[in-house]
Amino acid sequence: MRLTLHVWRQKGPKDPGRIVTYDMPDVNPDMSFLEALDVLNERLIQRGEDPIAFDHDCREGICGACGMVINGIPHGPRRATTACQLHLRTFKDGDEIWVEPWRARAFPTIKDLVVDRSAFDRIIAAGGFVSVPTGSAPDGNALPVPKKVADLAMDAAQCIGCGACVASCPNGSAMLFVAAKVSHLGLLPQGRPERRDRARKMVEQMDREGFGACTNTGECEAACPKEIRLEFIARMNRDFLRGTFAERPEAE
Amino acid sequence: MSWLGRLYDSTIGKKAIMAVTGVILFAFIIGHLAGNLQILIPDGGARIDAYGRFLHESPVLLWGSRLVLLASVFLHILTSVQLALRNRRARPQPYEFREWREASYASRTMMISGPLIALFVVYHLGHFTTGHFHGSFEPLKVHDNMISGLQVWWASAAYVAAMILLGTHVYHGGWSLFQSLGISHPRYTPLLKKGAAVVAVLITLGYVLIPATIWMGLVR
Amino acid sequence: MELKANVPDGSLEKKWDRHRFELKLVNPANKRKYRILVVGTGLAGASAAATLAELGYEVEVFCFQDSPRRAHSIAAQGGINAAKNYANDGDSIWRLFYDTVKGGDFRSREANVYRLAQISVHIIDQCVAQGVPFAREYGGQLVTRSFGGTQVARTFYARGQTGQQLLLGAYQAMMRQVGAGKVRLRPRSEMLDLVVVDGRARGLVVRDLVSGELSVALGDAVVLATGGYGNLFYLSTNAKGSNVTAIWRAYKRGAAFGNPCFTQIHPTCIPVSGEYQSKLTLMSESLRNDGRIWVPQRQGDARPPSQIPENERDYYLERMYPSFGNLVPRDIASRAAKKVCDEGRGVGPGGLGVYLDFADAIRRLGENVIRDKYGNLFEMYERITDENPYQAPMRIYPAVHYTMGGLWVDYNLMSTVPGLYVIGEANFSDHGANRLGASALMQGLADGYFILPYTIGDYLARSRFEKIGPDRPEVRQARTDAETRIQRLLSVNGKRSVDSFHRELGRLMWDDCGMSRNEKGLQRALSRIPALREEFWRDVRVLGENEQLNQSLEKAGRVADFLEFGELVCRDALERRESCGGHFREEYQTPEGDPMRDDANLCHVAAWEYAGEDSPPKLNKEPLTFESVHLAQRSYQ
Repeated sequence: MRLTLHVWRQKGPKDPGRIVTYDMPDVNPDMSFLEALDVLNERLIQRGEDPIAFDHDCREGICGACGMVINGIPHGPRRATTACQLHLRTFKDGDEIWVEPWRARAFPTIKDLVVDRSAFDRIIAAGGFVSVPTGSAPDGNALPVPKKVADLAMDAAQCIGCGACVASCPNGSAMLFVAAKVSHLGLLPQGRPERRDRARKMVEQMDREGFGACTNTGECEAACPKEIRLEFIARMNRDFLRGTFAERPEAE
Repeated sequence: MSWLGRLYDSTIGKKAIMAVTGVILFAFIIGHLAGNLQILIPDGGARIDAYGRFLHESPVLLWGSRLVLLASVFLHILTSVQLALRNRRARPQPYEFREWREASYASRTMMISGPLIALFVVYHLGHFTTGHFHGSFEPLKVHDNMISGLQVWWASAAYVAAMILLGTHVYHGGWSLFQSLGISHPRYTPLLKKGAAVVAVLITLGYVLIPATIWMGLVR
Repeated sequence: MELKANVPDGSLEKKWDRHRFELKLVNPANKRKYRILVVGTGLAGASAAATLAELGYEVEVFCFQDSPRRAHSIAAQGGINAAKNYANDGDSIWRLFYDTVKGGDFRSREANVYRLAQISVHIIDQCVAQGVPFAREYGGQLVTRSFGGTQVARTFYARGQTGQQLLLGAYQAMMRQVGAGKVRLRPRSEMLDLVVVDGRARGLVVRDLVSGELSVALGDAVVLATGGYGNLFYLSTNAKGSNVTAIWRAYKRGAAFGNPCFTQIHPTCIPVSGEYQSKLTLMSESLRNDGRIWVPQRQGDARPPSQIPENERDYYLERMYPSFGNLVPRDIASRAAKKVCDEGRGVGPGGLGVYLDFADAIRRLGENVIRDKYGNLFEMYERITDENPYQAPMRIYPAVHYTMGGLWVDYNLMSTVPGLYVIGEANFSDHGANRLGASALMQGLADGYFILPYTIGDYLARSRFEKIGPDRPEVRQARTDAETRIQRLLSVNGKRSVDSFHRELGRLMWDDCGMSRNEKGLQRALSRIPALREEFWRDVRVLGENEQLNQSLEKAGRVADFLEFGELVCRDALERRESCGGHFREEYQTPEGDPMRDDANLCHVAAWEYAGEDSPPKLNKEPLTFESVHLAQRSYQ
């Protein structure tokens, strides 16, 4: 099949960048989208042109490294699918495809489709954990966790940290990412002791990173390759508001 | 920083403020609608004029609610502007190609419907509260002022347009405020969304009924 | 080179306890004076970094990914073993130990494996406490399942994403220390060389992948947790970035390489679909619990599977191994698949595939139960192949998945270079010639959480460190070497892309050093690899420059190392004149086609020593002695 790719090319953080059009006359519908970019890159190398830089690693939809906005939608048109698992059979012969990096102030572009997502790591470092040093754990069955709670926590814990939520949000907000972690840990009895502090600290770090606010449009939920739900954002709001509003004053 | 400062500083805190002030404004919209629908009672305006006088004879109630409303409007606008600026800064470079999948028209245009409604409120206050934009305004003659004011076709049209905007604003705000305050449930939230749509339509229809009937001469 | 395994004396059960007591401790107040460099942030690296920082050491962590959370441990699906015996089905530490030694075909170190089994129970506790959402019963207790080749249910899991959840647990524990300032995180940084000063590992040469800047990180000990080298074969289930460079560079600085030829071929992967294929996708072998594997009885039977009647199907694993059936260990299942495909009974494009059929299980348990257990795997299969596995059987074929070989380490996980520790898949460690399912996660976390943090303290407490600066000749030399290499890669300016070389090397390795090997093939590979390497350095095309994000340059460095390393793998495979575990030499098999071990001559770890650019590597042997288990021919009949 034939595809025309309009790809965002940007040499470095300071380069203004532009769209460059590439013709792909003979791609195989069973290729993944990234494999199509591989093929294109091989040709660019043959022509002596700089290949397109894009992040990728596991290519099975779990590492969260890949991510690009394909035809205006993060990870492309297929729901619950990362770019590496998106196959060309999703498109029609002759389609024109626009490929851009995640765009957000908190995710500065490094080159072409590669962006810096370290803001997510800093949010986790601010509170996205259970403070349990190695060796201090009780028996795994000491605290029962109802199956339904464990399942719900797992729904949230599936987040792969790809950043599609930020990319899709009209406000460049990271609420879904933060909410997934706040919910995952806050739901489990092991994470309860730090629940509200965690929500407060992570949200404060999120705000410091320059992400936007939530306007409840639901775009993130639709873009999330792991189908993490909006209700987790409500859960985070609840934990955060209680954490800030109703917490007893701490001794400074 | 105090907890209040921290709350106000955060995006979620600001959204909570928008939600709470939104609830207050929503309550006003309902009350205001209920009061003004009395124009439809065919008694030559006796009931609605009495309602107007009642409000003015109890200054504590009148100014109390005006103060609460004013504060809510102020906070609602202030936080929304701050959030909107923040949101705009969060994506300095727009996409070349953008597709929407989930975001409703209403949700994407809150920052358009909001300011337009605010403008309309200013006009509306000048029209029926102070009378500056009204050709033949007479204090406390609610019925006569409404009839004469809304028989002007473009005024009526402005009212209808504003109320449609209000409907979209109330639709998205109506369910979204629960989300902002942390209330969500897989069973009830979908109902809430539908409920918000129904209420938004009813409010719009209710308000539109007034200029429409007056302009068509059904109420005199 | 002397290989001192440093296995403590005493009975097997007491060794680790006793050893822990004998290890010297670092004074708590002094711990912050030591700097430990950790390379890699998978299960082993992240758990080690977190634990070392909790203990009070200064830790610096490097990973080539943009975030430590992306390390390839994240892709492990099936689960993690632990001898908890929650299922009350007769499991014990001893049984897990025995299964692992036997599964590894008696080519692992007894004492290490026993320790691994002992520690396994603590790992589960630790992970649960971190908030890993393991599967639960309705009553709230942890669920276990039986997994790939075991007859007890000792595998804990979190849907099909156990690796992800365990890694996030370790990552979060590490990020807590990043937040506390105890761990310095350096993502998008690739280790290009090891700095050895006065015979001890003291630092790294690191390239910042965004700016291209080369820098030297210095410390008191180095921990390599850089994973396996399955990408030697180009097509594997490894992440695209997984590579051998870190351990290969350490090898060239004096660390012995243990059993490089022990590679594991995983039986349940999605078959290759075309030339453009960039990687292979694993389907968790938990699928074998409920799926039945078969091929048509007749050669070249091209009918769709639904039209092949029951009596014309060959459920070959159930036929050949009646008691284990579809649950035989990975190496056996893989070779059996190759065998039936070589007979011309394979299915799908190119005849390289076998069916994995859930029709029976769906009939017996209902589609909902199957969906609950494997839903996400089925979805993944459908996404990739566009076929619905609820209706038609899956097609699977073996693919390179895990490498049991790695840098040789002693009981303390220290390599032959003092101060250089190697943990997780990067070491040769505990799996012998074949790894059992759900044991990789266990080993990575055991090394990182519970072994290395103790043993590294002993080394630090026993050694004295002088301060070294970047102007030491050894440091400068390592840095210059790395610089020269990058310049060489950029200046070849030939015609062929890096990937084309990698693909060719992978094909060659797969053909001659893959699922089954023979002397002729290995000799052929040993003559072709140097030629390919020579061509690479003459004709590779790496565009761009060093001072930018340059993914071609990154790949080029890794492929250059694979081109050297492949030769060592073939050499090791040639020298190991027996069939054991994942290593099958066609010359050494019974008339029935079962592998034949040579315990009299080859019951050892082959530890290869670098002897310079122009000399062949030197083979050292660490004899393996089995005091507690009886060496038996592995039989799964």
